[in-house]
Amino acid sequence: MDLRFLDAEASPEERDAIDAVVGPAEGSPGGPGLRVVRGGGEARSRRHLLLPALQAAQNRIGWISRGALDYICRRLSVPPADAYGVATFYGLLSVEERPPRVAHVCDDVACRGFGAADLIAGLEAELGPAGTDGGGISWMPSPCLGRCDRPPAVFFQLAGENDRARSAATVADVLAVLAGDTSPLLGAAVPQAGDPALRLLRRVGVADPTSLDAYRAHGGYEALPRAMELGSARIIDELETSGLRGRGGAAFPAAVKWRAVAGADERERYVICNADESEPGTFKDRVLMEGDPFAVVESLTIAGFAVGARRGYIYVRGEYPLAASRLVGAIEAARRGRLLGPSLLGSAVEFDIDVRRGAGAYICGEETALMNSIEGHRGEPRNKPPFPTSHGLFGKPTVVNNVETLANVLDIVTSGGRAFAATGTDRTTGTRLFCLSGAVARGGVYEVASGTTLGELIETGGGTRDGGEPAAILLGGAAGSFVGPDALAMPLSFEAAADRGVSLGSGAVVVFDAAADFGDLVRRIAAFFRDESCGQCVPCRVGTVRQEELFARHLASGEPLDAGLLSDISRVMSDASICGLGHTASGAVESAVALGLVEAT
Amino acid sequence: MISLTIDGVAVEVAEGASLLDACRAVAREQPTLCHAENLTPANACRVCVVELEGSRALVPACSREAEDGMVVATDSERVRHSRRMVLEFLASSTDLSLAGVDAWLEDYAADPGRYGPPAEASARDGRRPGHHPVPDGMRAETVAQDVKVDNDLYVRDYSRCILCYKCVDACGVDAQNTFAITVAGRGFDATISTEFAVALTASACVYCGNCIGVCPTGALMFRSEHELRAAGLWDEDAQSVTRTVCSYCGVGCNLELHVQENRIVKVTSPMDDDITSGHLCIKGRFGYDYVQELGDLATTPIDEVLAGVRGEGGTAAR
Repeated sequence: MDLRFLDAEASPEERDAIDAVVGPAEGSPGGPGLRVVRGGGEARSRRHLLLPALQAAQNRIGWISRGALDYICRRLSVPPADAYGVATFYGLLSVEERPPRVAHVCDDVACRGFGAADLIAGLEAELGPAGTDGGGISWMPSPCLGRCDRPPAVFFQLAGENDRARSAATVADVLAVLAGDTSPLLGAAVPQAGDPALRLLRRVGVADPTSLDAYRAHGGYEALPRAMELGSARIIDELETSGLRGRGGAAFPAAVKWRAVAGADERERYVICNADESEPGTFKDRVLMEGDPFAVVESLTIAGFAVGARRGYIYVRGEYPLAASRLVGAIEAARRGRLLGPSLLGSAVEFDIDVRRGAGAYICGEETALMNSIEGHRGEPRNKPPFPTSHGLFGKPTVVNNVETLANVLDIVTSGGRAFAATGTDRTTGTRLFCLSGAVARGGVYEVASGTTLGELIETGGGTRDGGEPAAILLGGAAGSFVGPDALAMPLSFEAAADRGVSLGSGAVVVFDAAADFGDLVRRIAAFFRDESCGQCVPCRVGTVRQEELFARHLASGEPLDAGLLSDISRVMSDASICGLGHTASGAVESAVALGLVEAT
Repeated sequence: MISLTIDGVAVEVAEGASLLDACRAVAREQPTLCHAENLTPANACRVCVVELEGSRALVPACSREAEDGMVVATDSERVRHSRRMVLEFLASSTDLSLAGVDAWLEDYAADPGRYGPPAEASARDGRRPGHHPVPDGMRAETVAQDVKVDNDLYVRDYSRCILCYKCVDACGVDAQNTFAITVAGRGFDATISTEFAVALTASACVYCGNCIGVCPTGALMFRSEHELRAAGLWDEDAQSVTRTVCSYCGVGCNLELHVQENRIVKVTSPMDDDITSGHLCIKGRFGYDYVQELGDLATTPIDEVLAGVRGEGGTAAR
């Protein structure tokens, strides 16, 4: 491959930032000479470093210059057009110069009616419209940032510094961070912290998440030795007995994936922890990763051991900087304790973990898009079949599990699948995390036994903020559905939800009272999918545009919504899109119409 | 062999065959846009979706491998609805006048007008992923934009582009391995682009024209065709197609010379040519002008032709 590069040079600081990711350049110090590249298959085999390298360049000066892109392409032997296609896929990367300090302000469903509108109005007054350069600082609206427990949420990209995020932000807070304030930001809300009945959340808010000793003192790393004693087959049997189903939204039996990969013909295999939690209204995985990162590391290690993988990846949402740094810290501590690396617990078993950060793309939560993103390609979903269990990361058999799903593995290994299945309902075993937000007294992540009713969950959170009945509840986020107050008696189990024709999805529960502007909310959801569609397939790429236009037309004209046209759009997206994003892009908006929250013909 | 049923008709196909192959084996041709015999299926356009028993969603015929016992419907209400909507979505957002899909639009009763009057042309390069202006819903957003004319050989009219990925694949691993173009941006704002949307002349493009060869909608076009169309002079009925062998090197690529009024206006290569699979290089694709520089060799005396070439006047000069 004979590549043609750009005529632009990276600055020394850009080169240093990129070298820190891709390794020192040939013949350094002084770089490789810009016309020299160690090419061929060896360079191309490092393509998976493309996104981290782009992120490093972005972080260094606040955008990706032509010189930086060119340098990355030379180092990794990637065609510039190809790298440009990757860079322009992600919302948090910019290939045009922009201010080095940017606040991304959530205006999504769980912040919108809960303080974000005032915050945005205040920032507009201080800094001008979105994207205006206010002397090196700027603000942009953002989709859900996964801090719905204490709205409104803001995520900061700060050139030359670590990214930061903050909850319950005021105009003054945002301006202070943009001006350089580095005081600690608010932590996560886990109102149940310390409750002895908790399983998944038992260490969150109790054990120091930065200390391996604290993790061990609270029961950590009991499961891994037990797992290695049991061996692969027994672990997977226990997992099957447990009935554990995926907590990322699709509810697929975890044991089926593990068994398929463990029995694969190919020796090279991977395990991935899907931590790209981006479903609006969802923040449980963030709370787990920030509050109990070793549990994620330990459970992924068990997954790797069980299926015979030597490498695992945790793909963390880009907007979760604290979760990513906690995980990196946990991995380093685990390596020092021989809990990761070439010799797990002194055995011949090898396993290690890489943390990869997303860069602002909801679609990368789709497992095949996530794998493309890790591999350094655009985060476009792949056609299935073949499935990841046979053709996954780098084309190899791969298990992909959500953070919460994996966290359950620890108890299943230590106490057995049968004990795990004793909690919950027959077909939805164990406990589940729900992300309660909106018009409730105490938003936060709540752990309840599967089968607890929706009303009981809301009561656990102190009920609605005004003590009345909710007007509507959004279950499962933008890809889920609105339900009315009659659903308060519905048990939170896969089967009860399915009977009602709704999905619990990722566990988002956003409560709205009579103050909510449902026309505006539904339109925001439609805009979300229009923004987050990857654009690969026609039904979703154009369908999400036409769907948003339909709602915009309804709001602008005051005429009832054309429900027939919405149904036509919804059917083709659900039937003919490549992936789950398109399949569910009409679910919430259609449910709002069905509930009468939006006036339609 | 694999046995399956297409619309109630039993069919046997070789292992590895697609559902599209199986449909063709029973003479049930399916509409396709992003599919091409000489490219890896992108399965992006979704116009070929069929209903597969046991599958919740419809599946793309072009890339779904046939399996024993499959029961496939190609003309069910669900299939017809999805195809109608895909065609409506494309026709309401893209100029399909050269895509040759009028019969499908009619067959599937597509009504692109129901999304409102089309929005006007706008700049589409470099839009920010994850952000878009709030629409008022009064006009249907389109990909309409100015034609990119930045070199002498071919033009890029992305108002006609359906993002089928064919040109990207032909430029990349499926044929040319040049990687001058990519899909950039995201969602409806995605475009086919060079790095930083630079002109082709500043890109890695080697002008093989294989992107033009695979483009299903006329978005990529010989400059000659573009100019003749703009002048209202393009007349396919008056064109002849002559199959010949490229004279530049010893490989022996087959060429099809499209000739109108004794001038070559376009060069293609047959898909079924063992050597090219439809792909060419810059010489075969665009290096035909010398033939025309020489005038009509059959009727012009050679001295006159040569004088013309040497700039000594004479009737053969262009």
